[in-house]
Amino acid sequence: MTDQAIPVIELKQVSTRFGDHVVHDGIDLTVEKGEIFALIGGSGSGKSTLLREMILLQQPDAGTIRVLGAELSALSDEQVLALRRRWGVMFQHGGLFGSLTVLENIGLPLREHSALGDGLIDDIAGWKLAMTGLQRDVGAQYPAQLSGGMLKRASLARALALDPELLFLDEPTAGLDPDSAAGVDALVRELRELFGLTIVMVTHDLDLLWQVADRVAVLADGKVQGVGSMAELALMQQPSIRKFFDGPRARAAQPQAGQAGAAAP
Amino acid sequence: MAQPTAELLVLSGEWTARGMDGLERALDKVQLAARTQASADATRLQALDSAGAWLLHRLLQRLRDQGAVVNLSGLRPEFGKLLAAVAQALAQQAGGPAAAAVPAPSALARIGQASAGAWEQALALLAFVGESALAFGHCMLRPSRWRWRAILYNIRSAGFDALPIVGLLSLMLGVVVAYQGADQLRRYGASIFVADLVGLSMLREFAPLITAIIVAGRSGAAYAAQIGTMAVTEEIDAMRTIGIAPVELLVLPKIIALVIALPLLTVFADVLGVFGGMLMAQVQLGVGYGEFLDRFVKAVSITAYLIGIGKAPVFAAIIVIVGCFQGFRTKGGADSVGRQTTRSVVQSIFLVIVADAAFSVAFSALKL
Repeated sequence: MTDQAIPVIELKQVSTRFGDHVVHDGIDLTVEKGEIFALIGGSGSGKSTLLREMILLQQPDAGTIRVLGAELSALSDEQVLALRRRWGVMFQHGGLFGSLTVLENIGLPLREHSALGDGLIDDIAGWKLAMTGLQRDVGAQYPAQLSGGMLKRASLARALALDPELLFLDEPTAGLDPDSAAGVDALVRELRELFGLTIVMVTHDLDLLWQVADRVAVLADGKVQGVGSMAELALMQQPSIRKFFDGPRARAAQPQAGQAGAAAP
Repeated sequence: MAQPTAELLVLSGEWTARGMDGLERALDKVQLAARTQASADATRLQALDSAGAWLLHRLLQRLRDQGAVVNLSGLRPEFGKLLAAVAQALAQQAGGPAAAAVPAPSALARIGQASAGAWEQALALLAFVGESALAFGHCMLRPSRWRWRAILYNIRSAGFDALPIVGLLSLMLGVVVAYQGADQLRRYGASIFVADLVGLSMLREFAPLITAIIVAGRSGAAYAAQIGTMAVTEEIDAMRTIGIAPVELLVLPKIIALVIALPLLTVFADVLGVFGGMLMAQVQLGVGYGEFLDRFVKAVSITAYLIGIGKAPVFAAIIVIVGCFQGFRTKGGADSVGRQTTRSVVQSIFLVIVADAAFSVAFSALKL
C-alpha cells in the first residue's frame, strides 16, 4: 500500500532533448495521491513526451522520475512488470487490438495477469464496459466497427481492467462531441470516487480542466510555467499561461465552471 | 482466505485479481442450508478490487438465493462502495436485453458463403482490371499525365533492387537443372545435350517463372501493404476528395514500371541461369565453355528466347493488378492489412502459374 505521505508521481529536474531540440529543461512536478492532475501546454510543448516518460515508454536524458514510490530508471524487468500492472493507460487513439473484440480487449490484462476463470473475466470486462457507458452489445464488436468516442470509452475500460491505482489519460476528450465529452468529465470524477484513483491526464479541453482537474501544470519552453488549480492559474500573469484564459473559447468555459467549482468540496 | 465454519464466514487476505488463485473454485464449494442465519465477517479483508467484489457479490447472491440469511459485517467503507457498485451493475445487466447468440453457420451455409465471396471477389477483380484499363486509356490520350518520377522509382525498387536475388536464384536453378540432367546424359553419351536441356528449360520456362514468383513475393506484397495501409489511414479517401484518381496515381505507374522491369529481369535471369548450367556442365560432364556455347546457339532458337521474354509483361500485369486490388480491399485495421497482403501473394503466384500453363497450351497449339 502506498503511504499517504509519499507522492504518487515525483519528477525531479527531468530533461529531454531530441537532437538539438530541447523538449524538457529541468522539470519538477509532484502528483499527490487521489488527485486529478492535468498537464497542459501548446502543441510541441512536450506534454505527451512527459507522459510517455512517466509510463516507461521513453527515457528522459537527465533527471529522476518516481512513480508509486519506484525510481523508474533503476527497475529490474520484474519490477517494471509489477509497476505496469498498477497503472492503466488510455491512449489518444485507443490502442485497442484490432484482432480482438472489445470484450476480449478489456479482459486481456486480466487473462494475462490473473488466474481467474474465463466466465468471471467476461463478467468483469462486461461491467467495466458498462461502467464507461457503453452498451453491452458493443463488447462483441471489433474496434474497427466503433466510432471515435466509443473507441475511447473501450480503451478506458481496458485501462481499468486491473483496478489500477493510477490512471493516465492522453487527450481523453479530443475528437468527441460535446455530449460525449461531458460524459467523460463525469466518468473521470466517478472513477475517482469509486476506486480512489489518482488520475494524470494530458488535455486541451478547457471544460474538462475547469470541471474535473484538481491541479493543472502548464508546460511551455521546456519548463513548468505554473502549477495550481485553474482558479489559481487564472490569476497568474505569464503570457504562456494567459493564453489558456484569455481566448474567446477560454472565457466561455470559465463561468459555468465557477458554479461547479463552488459546489465541489 | 475464506474459512467456512458452521455459521460464520471469515473473509480475509487480499481479494484482488492478482491474489485470488483458486479462490473462485473454493467459493463455489461453500454451501449453507436453507434458512441458516449466517454472518460474514470482513474485518480481516485487506484488499478488495473489482474482481474480488464481483466474486464476493456472487457468493452472497448465491447463498441468499438458496434461502440463507447472510449478514455482512466489518466491511471497510471503501469496499462497501465497490460492492454496492457491483450490485448495481449486475441489477442493471439483469434488466438489459441479453445479447442474442449468433448460431454457428452450418457446413452448407459456409460453403455457400465462401462461394458467394469468391464470386464477388472475381467480379470485383474484373471491375478493377476495367478501371485500370480505363485509367490507362485516359493517360495514353494525355501523355502529360504520365507520372515519370513514380514510374522510374518503381522500376528501381521493383526491378533494379531485385537484381541480386533474381540473379542468385536463377544461377542456382541453372546449376540444379544441369546437375540433375548430367547423370542421364552421361549414361547415353550425350553430354553435349546439356546445352539443349539448360538453354531451353531456362529460357522458355524457368527464368520467366522464377523471376515472376520472386517479384510477386517481393513487390506484390509491398504494393498490397502500402495501399492497404493507405486505405486504413484514410489516405485513399483523401486522394479521392482532392480529385486524384487513386488508380491513376498508385496503380498505373506500378503497372508501367513492372511491365518494363520484369522482362529485363527475365533476361538477366536467363543469362545467370545459363551461366549456372555452363559451370555445372564443365564440372560434371567436362563440356567446355566454348563447346557449350557452340551447341547452345544451335539448340536454342530465337523463338524460345522471345517466348520466355514475352510472358514476362503478362506476369507483371498480373502481379501489379492483384497486389493493388487486394490493397484497395483492405478494411479496418492492421489485421486486415496482413490478411490482404497474404492474399495478394498467394493469388498472384497462383495466377502467374495458371497463365504460364495457358501459355504452354496456346504455344503448343500454335506449334511454337
